[in-house]
Amino acid sequence: MWFVTPVMTASAKNLPPEIAPATVLPAQFAAWFAARGWSPRPHQVALAEAGLAGKSALLIAPTGGGKTLAGFLPSLIEISARGVPKPGQVRKLHTLYISPLKALAVDVARNLEAPINDMGLDVRVETRTGDTPQNRRQRQRRDPPDILMTTPEQLALLLSYEDSDRFFSGLKAVVLDELHALAPSKRGDLLALGLAQLRRLAPELRMTGLSATVENPDRLRRYLVLQDGTDEALAGLVVGEGGVVPDVSILDSQERIPWSGHSARHAMQEVYEAIGANKMVLVFVNTRSQAEFVFQALWHLNEDTLPIALHHGSLATEKRRKVEAAMARGELRAVVCTSTLDLGIDWGDVDLVINIGAPKGASRLLQRIGRANHRLDDPSRALLVPSNRFEVLECEAAREAAMTATQDGDIERDGALDVLAQHILCIACAAPFNAGDLYRDVISASPYSTLSRENFDKAVRFVATGGYALNSYDRFARLRQTPEGLWRLAHPSIAQRFRMNVGTIVEAPMLKIRMVRSGGRKGRGGRVLGEIEEYFIEQLAPGDTFLFAGHVLRFEGIHEQEALASKTQDDTPAIPAYYGGKFPLSTYLADRVREMLSDPKNWTQLPAQVSEWLKIQQWRSVLPKPGELLVEIFPRADKFYMVMYPFEGRLAHQTLGMLLTRRLERMGARPMGFVASEYALAVWCLHDPGLMAEQGHFTFGDLFDEDMLGDDLEAWLAESFLLKRTFRNCAVIAGLIERRFPGHEKSGRQVTFSSDLIYDVLLEHEPDHLLMQATWADASTGLLDLKRLATLLARVKNRIVVKRLDRVSPLAVPVMLEIGRETVAGEANESLLAEASEQLIDEAMRLI
Amino acid sequence: MISICGERLVADQSGALHVPAHDTLIVSDLHLEKGSSYARRGVALPPYDTRATLKLLARVVRKYQPARIVSLGDSFHDPEGPERLSTVDRDTLKVLTGAHDWLWIAGNHEGLVDGNVLGGAAIEEAELGSLILRHEPRPAPATGEISGHLHPCGVVRQRGRRLRRRCFVSDGTRMVMPAFGAYTGGLNVLDQAFRPIFDAGFNTWLMGDNQVYPMPSSRLSPDERDQRTGANSAAKFPQGSRQAHR
Repeated sequence: MWFVTPVMTASAKNLPPEIAPATVLPAQFAAWFAARGWSPRPHQVALAEAGLAGKSALLIAPTGGGKTLAGFLPSLIEISARGVPKPGQVRKLHTLYISPLKALAVDVARNLEAPINDMGLDVRVETRTGDTPQNRRQRQRRDPPDILMTTPEQLALLLSYEDSDRFFSGLKAVVLDELHALAPSKRGDLLALGLAQLRRLAPELRMTGLSATVENPDRLRRYLVLQDGTDEALAGLVVGEGGVVPDVSILDSQERIPWSGHSARHAMQEVYEAIGANKMVLVFVNTRSQAEFVFQALWHLNEDTLPIALHHGSLATEKRRKVEAAMARGELRAVVCTSTLDLGIDWGDVDLVINIGAPKGASRLLQRIGRANHRLDDPSRALLVPSNRFEVLECEAAREAAMTATQDGDIERDGALDVLAQHILCIACAAPFNAGDLYRDVISASPYSTLSRENFDKAVRFVATGGYALNSYDRFARLRQTPEGLWRLAHPSIAQRFRMNVGTIVEAPMLKIRMVRSGGRKGRGGRVLGEIEEYFIEQLAPGDTFLFAGHVLRFEGIHEQEALASKTQDDTPAIPAYYGGKFPLSTYLADRVREMLSDPKNWTQLPAQVSEWLKIQQWRSVLPKPGELLVEIFPRADKFYMVMYPFEGRLAHQTLGMLLTRRLERMGARPMGFVASEYALAVWCLHDPGLMAEQGHFTFGDLFDEDMLGDDLEAWLAESFLLKRTFRNCAVIAGLIERRFPGHEKSGRQVTFSSDLIYDVLLEHEPDHLLMQATWADASTGLLDLKRLATLLARVKNRIVVKRLDRVSPLAVPVMLEIGRETVAGEANESLLAEASEQLIDEAMRLI
Repeated sequence: MISICGERLVADQSGALHVPAHDTLIVSDLHLEKGSSYARRGVALPPYDTRATLKLLARVVRKYQPARIVSLGDSFHDPEGPERLSTVDRDTLKVLTGAHDWLWIAGNHEGLVDGNVLGGAAIEEAELGSLILRHEPRPAPATGEISGHLHPCGVVRQRGRRLRRRCFVSDGTRMVMPAFGAYTGGLNVLDQAFRPIFDAGFNTWLMGDNQVYPMPSSRLSPDERDQRTGANSAAKFPQGSRQAHR
């Protein structure tokens, strides 16, 4: 197998002559590098060699290493070496570039213009995304460019056309950017199946994957090549030089570090000062609402009127483009942004990355840090700003990981069945297929390499007739078998509808926000500011104020698919919208935080306030050892609180909370409710579970027994809206429920509604249906995080430390403050809450 | 117990209405074969909706043992629905129509059901004591009218949660019944479609798991955009606070 060992030299200038670039690079290219005062980096040369030899390869390199150019070098060389086309000869698509983000595809296309123009190459590069006008898309299919930049969804769409075999017949190379982000997801599944089909249409195809550092490169190497059932089917590996250890620090705030919450309000002055002390700063936050909050807070302090901008996925496209352009021109001092800027877009000279709140994962943090300083030889600089005390621990763990370039292990997952169903219909839209052939193609894609023929056939039946045991839909089948045994579409209109529903991203319903005059009503709207999640608007009453696009807006009402809002002088939005973030804490960081807690030696690195907090906890209660689960029980205001600290992320805690309350109820403890945070779970009961256990009503071993994942889980799931939501997504992806019908758009609400009823009926009549299987697989890693809960229960078996206390402990304060946070709104409540939380803290920190 | 024109009516949590004085059970908007109706258009919804609906109907019939059953229109999702019934479901249905005095009221979805095939008699509308049974409600006043068609449901906010339930709606002179079928959606009673029917206030009876809950219209909320409790995504996942079921 072809293999390049990691190259340790930091710069290509020192290379020995025998692997000098000239050996693979044509003179024209070598001259281009030289003219810019560059030498091709070793990994660029290695990737060019692999590509020109027609071999698939994975390039792992940090940002700033000319990774994208490396991926395109062999294509540029090949295309430019091709002769002048004969008159009338139609060019074929040579290289397909696939990126997880539309913006990235556009950006990379722009960056590729420079070498093409400088060298005067005869190479046509075009992009194709959801935003590409219909007429250009049609033209692209007739007259393809040499290099097409696109997304996984567009590839699926292209593959569904009847002429896809002709369109892709000349394809030589596929470049997959940010593969580490794309591969382990449903989009990655869809892409893997698309690549398998491309290999059928163009057997000589080579794949080039570009990736940031990952814990397990072999998984991505397999992703790139045809799987034959052995372990040896791996793409070549090229590892770029490691770059310089990043310079990561944690803000040692002079302010009081909050006990809970995610706003980092306390640190805004310090963040502002950091912006002032640097040239260009990216301020990363985890959610849109945090972005809004931070942006507004910074402008509040912005006496020097520094150009600070806002960038997040719900802003209108033009607004985002403006910010991006201003950034590229170097006109901004700071951009407050969400994960929309996480991936490898190069927006000029960023000299500091500030991460507000918990980084959630080591790899994620490394990605974000990589945004700072795209020059490889200087260290990236990052400042972590924890927004509460637990996040201080998490930031410290993430900082250590960043310094040692440690990556999170990713979750082992199999290709999703709902995505498979979509792919099967896609293939049928292009041409009738033979089930055996398609099965072989599907299992040649690494996510599906272990898929059984039985499940594959089940998916085909699902696509054909819904796949119900009660076989009543044969006459309405979408796929029928020809006498030769090929599956073909029953009607061409099915293909049309498929093309409108392709993709695996099922968005939360969004509403446009349109500006109107105060008290304004329907129709007479001003400009659209962007889109906002329906659920957020849903909790507003007319007159409520909220933050969006950096303004405080007054909600006026909803008209059709639009939320109407007006400007207001008010600068304190009434509706706070705290959402901690969608990403659960990575298992790697969780482990590190548990370790750090258990050993006071580690605390010296922490801010004094935080180590004091932990010391008092140790004195008042106990700190669990790694592997132990601490459960504290204390009375408070007529109830008994049971607080535990699994550090497994909010989703797993939430599931645990649901199951524990069921059990406690059965055991007679009369649980009244619970609240889950990233780090802890609190359940409150009318009876004292500690006393009950002491009296022998139950043991904590029983309470946390793994068997709760059996009957209790099943009973809960039967009524859980979480599973219904997961089911809805699977049903949309698998094509049971359509996103859009020609002519009448379905709103998200309507889709939700009907899918709930379908779920109930399927659960009762056919719990083993393909969609139920897919839903269950999703829920295990998704909203319910069952995998982590199962690991947790196994880990703490016989290692539960129960501590009965007379009052709340310091460690319990953060999660106790989460109780009731959701319903807080308005000034009076706010001060009541502040008062209540002060009392709680005093109580906890009192030494006697 | 609800009283309309002196007739005493029992609203059952299944969505059926019992009229003890006339030994009659009324169900509305069964929408049988809605699944297969979608399947005809290439959306292969699970085919178990007819079975689920008939099962629920059989259960409530056992509970009240009525002499007469009225299906108040939209019994089938489309006029061809009866032809698509599976043998099992057709037999189940025939047992029900055969064992009772069965009346099919015409609905806008299916028109008049053929009683020769499925049993029972079909009619545009019917009188029952001082009550008038028809599918589509007429603009007020329509004293004594029992209708369906609109699939009413009510939304209640309680402790920061929204509960959306099918419901019976009445102002004391007339009633709109909830839809009974397994795949039938609901329309919020505060929607303007209800305005011509109840020009003054009205009460609702929300269908719970074990009983119906009377709720004045003043306690109800409009739909707005989403069901806080019923629909969720990773993005809108609540913070985790939840009151345990009491």
